[in-house]
Amino acid sequence: MSTGTTKLDVVVSDVVPVNDLVTRFHFRRRDGELLPTFSGGAHVVVEMREGERTRLNPYSLMGSPLDTREYTISVRRDDVGRGGSLFMHRSVKTGMEMVVSYPVNLFSLDLRAKKHLMLAGGIGITPFMAQTAQLAAEGGNFELHYTCRTASLGTYADVLRERYDRRVRLYHDDLDERIELDRLLSTQPLGTHLYVCGPAGMINWVRDRAASLGWPAETVHFEHFAAPQPGLPFDVTLAVSGKTIRVDEQQSLLEAIEAAGVDPPYLCRGGVCGQCETNVISCDGKFIHNDHWLSEEEHRSGKKIMPCVSRFEGRSLVLER
Amino acid sequence: MAAKSIISRPVYGTLSPQPGKHHLFIADAEGALAIAEMAGRAPPGFFGDAEIVFIPGPHGKHTAALEALKSAQLHQAPSFASLLPRLRQTLANAHMGLRLYLAGTEGLIGQAMQVALEAGIDHTSIQTEHRGSLARRMQCVHCKGITENVTTQPATCAHCGLLLLVRDHYSRRIAAFQGVCINAEDRSEIPPMEEIFR
Repeated sequence: MSTGTTKLDVVVSDVVPVNDLVTRFHFRRRDGELLPTFSGGAHVVVEMREGERTRLNPYSLMGSPLDTREYTISVRRDDVGRGGSLFMHRSVKTGMEMVVSYPVNLFSLDLRAKKHLMLAGGIGITPFMAQTAQLAAEGGNFELHYTCRTASLGTYADVLRERYDRRVRLYHDDLDERIELDRLLSTQPLGTHLYVCGPAGMINWVRDRAASLGWPAETVHFEHFAAPQPGLPFDVTLAVSGKTIRVDEQQSLLEAIEAAGVDPPYLCRGGVCGQCETNVISCDGKFIHNDHWLSEEEHRSGKKIMPCVSRFEGRSLVLER
Repeated sequence: MAAKSIISRPVYGTLSPQPGKHHLFIADAEGALAIAEMAGRAPPGFFGDAEIVFIPGPHGKHTAALEALKSAQLHQAPSFASLLPRLRQTLANAHMGLRLYLAGTEGLIGQAMQVALEAGIDHTSIQTEHRGSLARRMQCVHCKGITENVTTQPATCAHCGLLLLVRDHYSRRIAAFQGVCINAEDRSEIPPMEEIFR
């Protein structure tokens, strides 16, 4: 059960291939009304129904928050993932009816900031599409540094350069262009907030350098949706509901719990929001923690797990569900 | 030490050295001792990137303790009002990586924090340590006048003369506790005045 979010009945109003890996999807309400307002950085959880199976994946809204006639998301094709992005790329066509959650923002701008410094890596550009549109409309002060593998895979780099000119700086991996991070972080005016979205390695690098260079934690914002990773199947006992379930190779623990008719709260399904945090009653084996929510200490304790992205390998696991 | 009460009442910690490129200390009177004690916990060379702004106060003590720290700069000022232009200028030209440390009386910490908030520093990232007087800066909620160095409960508004209950309700934006008329229904009712904010 998604916490506090109702579902939106939408229709796919457009499907636009952006480059070799990324396709953009537009959604409108089936009843023709406006969609709920959202702020830059918000995401929706898209329900992907394929036969018996329902996948729920979070995607950042990338349209302007000023236009709620439609929601747009951009999906990067992941050929070795669990199939959510492949389903979107192969099966979703214009005119198809789908269901998405209300928008939730776990990566919002701090509008007290004097300046917003944004660092994007790859498909991590999507929340910044909405945030820059929001700030530009308010005359906000921002600067975007965007790293992509090659110019042809620099999703929306051309659009951003055209809209914001020199407020956008591009770095191409294939040309060996790198952000001079320490210099960049050391020359920002007091009152700047930092936002980073991209691969986990990039987020960790930026957070680590920012902390060392004296950026208070309150000024550093990041978002990384961990896609649930496939893994070995395992059995779980749900103590509260008295059920024993099997988590398949391609299924997340949360999905397996839901398939058994138990509805834990969730919001992001990407290891970020903390809603589905679950207590471990007992275990014999090792956890594979993939979330960004629990502290390292909690990971080591073996007393908590985020079932949306984390797995287990071993003989027995009993959860308080 | 300030007592804990409602959530709006500020609580102060113990200064601790933060990672950063520049360290700005603002202190009055016995706040100097908090800085000197923190120096014992700071890594070598820490004060080479530090600027200290100090208001010695009426007793004029503790300057020597700060001089001994050999900070990059040590600036003394007779009052908070007199250091305000310099502080604003420093913050306006500062970069991320500057860390702020406030030590001394509640009035000093609150007013320096107010300027820091305007410059875009989040209050939770500021190191604070209370030393010395608990005298309060109070805003009369009726006439909005600020009365400095309030030590009694109730207290008389220096602007409109109303007798005010000094609440723990604090405004970071105006750096003052709120004072509310204590005898609005019957002005002839005068509760005893006690000196409690020493």
